[in-house]
Amino acid sequence: MTSIAEHPAQASGIDDVPFVIAGHTFRSRLMVGTGKYRTNAEMVAAIEASGADVVTVAVRRVDLDRTREAGILHHLDPKRFFLLSNTAGCYTADEAIRYARLAREAGFNDFVKLEVIGDKETLLPDAEGLLVAARELAKDGFKVLAYTNDDLITALRLEEAGCAAVMPLASPIGSGLGLINPFSIRTIKRRLTVPVIVDAGVGTASDACITMEQGVDGILMNTALAEAQHPVRMATAMRLAVEAGRAAFLAGRMPKREVAVPSSPETGKLGG
Amino acid sequence: MTTLAITLNGDPREVPGPLTLAGLLAHLELAPETVVVEHNRRIVRRGELASQQVAAGDVVEIVHFVGGG
Repeated sequence: MTSIAEHPAQASGIDDVPFVIAGHTFRSRLMVGTGKYRTNAEMVAAIEASGADVVTVAVRRVDLDRTREAGILHHLDPKRFFLLSNTAGCYTADEAIRYARLAREAGFNDFVKLEVIGDKETLLPDAEGLLVAARELAKDGFKVLAYTNDDLITALRLEEAGCAAVMPLASPIGSGLGLINPFSIRTIKRRLTVPVIVDAGVGTASDACITMEQGVDGILMNTALAEAQHPVRMATAMRLAVEAGRAAFLAGRMPKREVAVPSSPETGKLGG
Repeated sequence: MTTLAITLNGDPREVPGPLTLAGLLAHLELAPETVVVEHNRRIVRRGELASQQVAAGDVVEIVHFVGGG
């Protein structure tokens, strides 16, 4: 067993390969959002407890009447966290590209979590718009992390488009339904070369653990923490679950059998 | 001193002119390093804010990062 000290970059102590996206190494395989928390203090405490170094943010108009909360950077230190801006709420490729470019101009990094949404009710991705935006942004030097369906072909096309990572959903955004199609996620992970990060749908720690057991590189979540009764406790649970799931994947699980196999020796039993 | 009618973050607004984008941010009491400015659909680098003049009828968007997933 390798000690934590030999892998100082690995926060968990699991003997693991580094988690690298577009040449940038991250400590935690758990990435978290910053939306929908009851208070900013609770958000900050939950992010601390999660151990995440990547936090997502959205681009929106400054409220010139100051009636709403000020920008997120009043609460989160951009030197401590890697700010991954998203294009949430964008319904066309052009709109997503515009948001991505505005975010980059903020000057933190050239990563973008690309979302092109196709439907208001399900918030499912628009594969066509996603591909158009991904190609354009990758050509423009962005490191694109594309939020997508759990569909292999779209994932492959996104990789071909130059995405730095592909982010298939576990289930719809904010649904908390957990990992609906482990087979699709495993297939995507097996067939892609770029990191696969499951984004959206995780509801509780077991969901995160099962997701990581599929062998994906990481998970991004927001609502599971923000809408938990106790976000800080849930953030701790998620940190442990992601580590446990990753460790179990690396350990390699036993085969499933539909018959029992005794754990104790069948030889050496007393005579009758 | 004149008044410029512009569209600012989607709403009609009158601002004192002549004015640069840097002057507009100062007028709104916004620190340039905390926002990104789009001027008539063109993103303006921070270094250019002081040299870009605001004209009547301009469309200005001022954005920042907020909580999101």
